[in-house]
Amino acid sequence: MRMPKHIWLALVGGLAGCDGRHSWLAGAGAEARLIEDLFWPFLIGAVAIWTAVMVFAVIAFRRRPKGSDERIGRAIILWGGGVLPAVVVAALLITGLLTLRAMASRPSALTVHVDAEQWWWRVIYETPDGKVFSANEIRLPLGKTTLLMLTSDDVIHSFWAPALGGKLDMIPGRTNRMTLTPVRTGRWGGLCAEFCGAAHAQMRFEVVVMEPDAFRDWLVAESEPAAPSALRMERGLSLFLDEGCAACHTVRGTQANGRVGPDLTHLAARGRIGAGLLALSDANLRRWITHTTDVKPGVRMPSYPAMPPDDLDQITQFLMALE
Amino acid sequence: MAAWQPPAGWRRISAVNNSLIGKWYLLTAFAFFGFAGVLALLIRTQLAVPDNDFLSMRFYNQVFTLHGTAMMFLFAIPIFEAVAILILPEMLGARDLPFPRLSAFGFWCFAIGGVFVCGSILFDAAPDGGWFMYPPLSSDPGQTGIGTDIWLLGLSFIEVASIAAAIELIVGVLKCRPPGMRINLMPLYCWYVLVVAGMILFAFPPLIAGDLLLEMERAFGWAFFDADRGGDPLLWQHLFWIFGHPEVYIIFLPSIALIATMLPALSRAPVVGHSWVVLSAIGVAFLSFGLWVHHMFTTGLPDISLGFFSAASEAVAIPTGIQIFCLLATLLVGRAKLSVPLLFAGGALAVFVFGGLTGVMVAVVPFDYQAHDSYFVVAHLHYTLIGGMLFPVFAAVCYWYPFVTDRVLSERLGRWSFWLIFAGFNITFLPMHWTGILGMPRRVWTYAEEMGWHGLNLTSTIGSYILAAGIAVLAFDVLRPKGRQSPAPADPWGAPTLEWAREVPRRPWGIRSVPVISSRYPLWQQPGLANEVLRGEWFLSDSPDADREMIVTDILDARPMFVQRVPGPGFVTILAAASLGAVFILATFHLWLAAVLAGAVFLVATLRWLWTGAGGLPSAPTRDCGRGLVLPLYASGNGSVGWWAMFITMIGDSTAFAGLVFAYVFFWTLHGSFPPPGTAPPAAVTLWLGTALLAGSWGMLVAASAAMSRRVVALCCCALAPLPAGAGVAVLAGAAWSAGLDPTRHAYDATVWVLTLWIGAHVAGGIVMQLYSWARLLARHMDADHDAELRNTVLYWNFLIVQAAATFALIGLFPLVSGGVP
Repeated sequence: MRMPKHIWLALVGGLAGCDGRHSWLAGAGAEARLIEDLFWPFLIGAVAIWTAVMVFAVIAFRRRPKGSDERIGRAIILWGGGVLPAVVVAALLITGLLTLRAMASRPSALTVHVDAEQWWWRVIYETPDGKVFSANEIRLPLGKTTLLMLTSDDVIHSFWAPALGGKLDMIPGRTNRMTLTPVRTGRWGGLCAEFCGAAHAQMRFEVVVMEPDAFRDWLVAESEPAAPSALRMERGLSLFLDEGCAACHTVRGTQANGRVGPDLTHLAARGRIGAGLLALSDANLRRWITHTTDVKPGVRMPSYPAMPPDDLDQITQFLMALE
Repeated sequence: MAAWQPPAGWRRISAVNNSLIGKWYLLTAFAFFGFAGVLALLIRTQLAVPDNDFLSMRFYNQVFTLHGTAMMFLFAIPIFEAVAILILPEMLGARDLPFPRLSAFGFWCFAIGGVFVCGSILFDAAPDGGWFMYPPLSSDPGQTGIGTDIWLLGLSFIEVASIAAAIELIVGVLKCRPPGMRINLMPLYCWYVLVVAGMILFAFPPLIAGDLLLEMERAFGWAFFDADRGGDPLLWQHLFWIFGHPEVYIIFLPSIALIATMLPALSRAPVVGHSWVVLSAIGVAFLSFGLWVHHMFTTGLPDISLGFFSAASEAVAIPTGIQIFCLLATLLVGRAKLSVPLLFAGGALAVFVFGGLTGVMVAVVPFDYQAHDSYFVVAHLHYTLIGGMLFPVFAAVCYWYPFVTDRVLSERLGRWSFWLIFAGFNITFLPMHWTGILGMPRRVWTYAEEMGWHGLNLTSTIGSYILAAGIAVLAFDVLRPKGRQSPAPADPWGAPTLEWAREVPRRPWGIRSVPVISSRYPLWQQPGLANEVLRGEWFLSDSPDADREMIVTDILDARPMFVQRVPGPGFVTILAAASLGAVFILATFHLWLAAVLAGAVFLVATLRWLWTGAGGLPSAPTRDCGRGLVLPLYASGNGSVGWWAMFITMIGDSTAFAGLVFAYVFFWTLHGSFPPPGTAPPAAVTLWLGTALLAGSWGMLVAASAAMSRRVVALCCCALAPLPAGAGVAVLAGAAWSAGLDPTRHAYDATVWVLTLWIGAHVAGGIVMQLYSWARLLARHMDADHDAELRNTVLYWNFLIVQAAATFALIGLFPLVSGGVP
C-alpha cells in the first residue's frame, strides 16, 4: 500500500521545497516504513469517511420530509454512529497492535547509548573493545538493527529521527530502549521532540547510515585518539586548553578531558556543529565561537566575541584538523 | 419581585444575579480568548519565515506557553461555566442558581486569577515551560522562573473557581428544576451540564494535587519528581493527564450540548434518539477517564498498557459517533432553514469530524510514535478544539444573542465572519498536518530554511490572519451599538425550551412564574404555556416578604419540596475572592506572612458570607406559592441544597486526596520497597492514637447532632469537639516527625508529610466548622428543627474521617503487608 514516492515528493516537495531528510515518509528505516504502511490507508480512509459524512449532512439538510420518519433516523444513528465507527476503530486497533509487535521483535546487532543533555546529544557505541565516545552525530550500519539506549540526566528530551522511525522520550531516572533498522544510506535529520527548555528548538543531530564495512572502519577510526596532525598544531592546541575549552570538551590524546560538553576528538569528521545546527566549515566554526549565543540562544557555551583574529585562525585550524 | 433588582451605579459590581454574573463571565472569558488569540498571531508571525527574529527565544517560549494555558484554562473551560450560568436557570424555569453568591465568587476568582496569570507576560515573567509543565524542567526554579509559580498557583486558584461552579451547576440541575420536569424530561443541555460538571469534579482535583506536589518541590525542595531522590517525573504526567484528557471532553461535550439545544429550533424537529444522546454523553465521560495514557505513548511504557489505552482511546469514537449521528438524523427528519447559527454548526461538523479522524489515527500507538509532539498533533488538536468548541460557541453566540441583549445580530456580517473563519481556519491548520509529516516538532521558536518547512508555515500564517479577521467581524457585530434597532421578538427562533418564555425587555428575576412541566419541549408541546407563565398565573409569581425565593424540587421526579431563599447582592463575595486571590498571589512571591494575613481576611469574609446568607430562620414555616401549592421555607439534611453542595464538594475533595494516595502507590510500584530500605515508617501505635482522637472529635459532633433537642448538650459537644481534633493532628504530625522523616530527602518522606499536611489542613477546616456551628447554636440561628449547618458539618467530618482512616491504613498498615520495613 505504499504510494509511488515521486507522487508524494511532487505533492509536498513542490509545496515546501523539501529534501525529506526529516520526513516520516522518506522510508529510510524499516520502522518508519512500517508506520508509513499505516499512513496511506489511514489517509485514504479518513478522506472517504469525511466526504461521506459531509455529503450525508448536505442531503439531510436539503431533504424536506413529508411526515416525521424517526425510524429512518434511528437506523442512521445505529449504522452511521454506532456500527461504522466500531468497525473502523476495531480495524485500526488491530493493525496498530500488529505493527507494534512487528516493531518490537527485532534482535539487535549493535548497542548505542544516547544520553540527552541540554541541548546536545552524547553518543556512546558499545564495541567488544570497549566504549567509543562521540556526540551529536549517530552513525548506523545499513540493514542492521541497532538498539538505542536512551537516557537523560537533566530534563525530559525525546529522540526523533523521523526518516528512520518513531520517537521515544528520554526521562531522568529511566532507560528507554528503541530499535532502528536503516534501509537507505544517507544523512538523515534528527531532533529533540519534547520541549526541554531554552534551546529546545535548536537541539538537533544527524543520523548517518553507512554500508556495514564503511561503518566498521569508521568506528575503528572514531575510537582512536585525535589525529596526530592536529596534535602537532601546538599553538591551536594550547589556545584550546588556555581559553577554557578543555573544561567542558574532551579531545582524546590531549589534556582536554571535560565531560560537560560534546566530545570533540573527531569533530572535523562530523557533518555539522552546534548539535546539528550548522554545516561544518571554517566560516561556521568561527561564527559559532564568536557568536555562540546569537546562533543558539540559551546555549550553555559562552561566546568568545573578543578573541583576537589570529587566535581565532589558530583555534579554528586546530578544530578543523580533528578528523 | 423588586428583590431581584441588582444595585445601580458602581455598586452594580456587587450584584449576584445569574443574568449579570453570566454576562460578565462570558465577556471576561472572551477577553482572555482575544488575548490568547493575539498570542497565537505572534506565534504565527514568528514562524512565517525561517530564522525569524521577530520574537526572541525567551519571549516565544512564554508566548506559546501562555497561549495554550489561557485558551484552555481561561477560555475553553470558563466559557462552559459562563454559558451555563447565563442560560441554565432560565432553561429550568428557575429564578437563579441555588448559590448566587458562589457564582459571583467563582467569577471574581476567575477574573482575578486570569489577569494575574496573563498579566505576567507584561513583566517578562510569564510561564515558559509549555502548558503541561513537565518536571524536571518545571520543578527546577533555576530553569523556569517565577512564571511557573504563577502558573501553578494562579491556575490552582482558578481551578477552585471552576470546581465551585461545577458544584453549583450540579445542584442546580438536580434540585432547581421546575415541578414536573422529571429527569427524563430534562432538556439535553441540562444532561450535558450535569455530566460535564461531574467530570470537572473528578478531573480537576488530581491536577490540584499535582500542582500542590510540584509547588512544594519548587518552593521547599520536597522530593516528588526528582529521580535522584526516589521521585519520578512521570508521576506528574499521570496526574496531569488524568486531568488533561477528561478536560478535552469537558470542553467538547458542552458544545455538543449547545448544538443539541439549538438544533431542534433551527430544524423544527425534536432531537432523534434523545436517550441515545444522554447515554453516549455519559459513556464518553466514563471512557475519558480511562485514556489519559495516550498522551504518554512515547514515554516507554510496556506494550500491554499501550495496547489497553490505545483500545480505550479508539473506543471513545463510538459514543461520539452516536451523538453526531443523532444530530444528523435530527437534521434529516427536520425542515432546517439556513441561518448563521446553523452555518456555524455545519462548520463545527466539518472541522470536528476531520479532527476526530486524525484522532483515531494518533490513538494507534505506532502512528503516534511519529505524530506525537509534531505539528501533526498541533493540527489535530486545533481541529478537535476549534471544531468541537469554538464553532459551536460562535453558533450559540448568534443564537442566544437576542436572549441576552434583546437585539439581533446581522445576518450578512454573520455569513462574512463564518466564511472568513472557516476558510482561515483550514488554510492555517490543514497544512500543519504536512508540516508535521515533514518532521517539524511543536514548540520551536525558529527553524532553519534547509528544513524545508517554510512554504507550509507561511501558508499557515496567512490563514491565521484570515481567521483573525473573521473573528474580528463577529466581535464587531456583537459589540457595535444597536440602539436604533427595535427589540427582538421574545422567541425569534420558535424555540421549544423554557428560556424563551421571557419578558422583553429582559427582567432580573428570570421566569415570571414557575410552571409545571410535562414534556421535553414545553413551548411546543404545552400550548399556551408561555402566556400563562408571562401572566404570572403559575407558582411563585411574587414574594410577600420581598425575598429572593425559588422552588427546590427532588432529584428524580421534580416534586416540589420547599422554597429556598437565596441571598441578594453583597461585597463580601468580592472580598472573599480578592483575599483568596491574595493568598495565592502572595505565596507565589514567597511573602508568607502577608499570605497568612490574607488568609485570615478570607476566613473572616467567608464566615461573614455564611453568617449573613439566606439560610437563617424563616419568618413563617411555609410559603403559599399560588394555585394551592404550599411549601416549607426551610430544609436541612439531605433535602437541602447546602447538604448536596457539601456532599459534592467532598467528592471532589476526596478525588484530590485519591491523587495523593495514587502518588504513594505509584512510588511503591516504582521502588518495590517503599518506604525505602533504611527508613522506618511512623510508629503504628502513634498513628492509631492520632486517628482515634480524630474519630473522637467526629463522635462528639455526631452526638451534638443527635442531641439538638437538648441545647446545652449540643452546645457543649460543639465547643469541646475541636480539642481531640487538634490533639489528633498534633499526634499524627509528631509520628512523622519522630520517625525522622525529612521531605527533602526522599519521595517517601515527602509523600508521608504531604498526606499528613493534607489531613491537618482538613482538620483545621473542620475545627472552624465546629466552632461555626457552636456560634450558630449560641446565637439561636439553629435549633432542633433548623439544623442545616450542623448536619453539613457532620457530613464534612464523615468524609474527613474516611480520609484519615485511609491515610492511617496507607502509612501505618500498608508497609506491614507490602514488605516495606527493612
